[in-house]
Amino acid sequence: MLRADALQTIYPELENRIVVTIMGAVAAELYTLGHRPNFFYLEHAMGLASSMGLGIALSMPEHKVIVIDGDGSLLMNLGTLSTMARYKPGNLLHIVFDNESLLSVGGFPTATSTGTDLAGIARASGVPSVMEANTSESLKASVSEALASNRLTTIISKVEAIGPKSFHMDLPLLENRFQFKRCLEALQRQLKT
Amino acid sequence: MPVSVNNSRLIYEALKACDVKIISALPETFLVHLIRMAGEDPDMTLVRLAKEEEGIGISAGAHLAGVNSALLMQNHGFLAAINGIVSLALLYKIPLLMLISHRGHWGEKDPWQTQGGLVTEPILRALNIPIWPLVNPADVHRRIKDAQTLAHASLHPVAVLLSRELMWEE
Repeated sequence: MLRADALQTIYPELENRIVVTIMGAVAAELYTLGHRPNFFYLEHAMGLASSMGLGIALSMPEHKVIVIDGDGSLLMNLGTLSTMARYKPGNLLHIVFDNESLLSVGGFPTATSTGTDLAGIARASGVPSVMEANTSESLKASVSEALASNRLTTIISKVEAIGPKSFHMDLPLLENRFQFKRCLEALQRQLKT
Repeated sequence: MPVSVNNSRLIYEALKACDVKIISALPETFLVHLIRMAGEDPDMTLVRLAKEEEGIGISAGAHLAGVNSALLMQNHGFLAAINGIVSLALLYKIPLLMLISHRGHWGEKDPWQTQGGLVTEPILRALNIPIWPLVNPADVHRRIKDAQTLAHASLHPVAVLLSRELMWEE
């Protein structure tokens, strides 16, 4: 499965939800599918997208938050699985695209290419619902099931180590940051009225 | 353990007066009462971390969602969080209210804390993060409020250093 195809399949579920992605190929592919003010692309700080998602999920319990993570990023912050599992916010969905590679820096293989099992680590960390989805159809079904379940879910999705030709996004980091914050604040205001 | 309950209470009340709703923390001796107070407060979300760098992400998420947060960490935890501070908080102009226990500094008896104690302030200065030491109980409320105000106005991390003089009763 190509990650770009997988993202396209689940885009209707992402479109109107709070989404935090990691940097590089994932960010560029989601941006190309159609940027939304409710999308935040963490272009550095590898490993912290899931921690940011946890911070948003705990701050906005009435809204669903979707984190799009990667194997390289998650391996840099495995403790995040134990912290998410400890608080189990039911409004948080953690999708991990595992291409077994640090693609953005030239395709160096990560430890998932030699047997490290992220779904197993998530389960053993206590994440209440862990799914594996290696086709676009199963990913779409898993995402729908997770969003309907109100249980913290991690979905591990194996994808090919192929990215976009260009990682260019016509969106300065700070524009994305302020636009996203305004969007979250508007969502909070809607709740109060 | 002669960590000052009274001064921990002062600091906790100052955080409450700042409308802090989320505190992320990793235990360390100076912080034991503060973490207990946060854990016992039904209006506080205490996030117990595996590593301090996660707290930078949690505070960034909380800020973007419009919720005030604070980070309780030892200075060695600050050292472990530096990449998150640089490539999330500084890069994206995220205010952080960091309360850092200043181990390994004046009066420290544990030799293993001393390297961290010596480098904490120079590294904070290298990152251009303003430093405000808490020494005198009378200053606690004002300094924590002022630190938060500056963080929010500048969209920048600030460091409040919890000194042994304030936190430890011999």
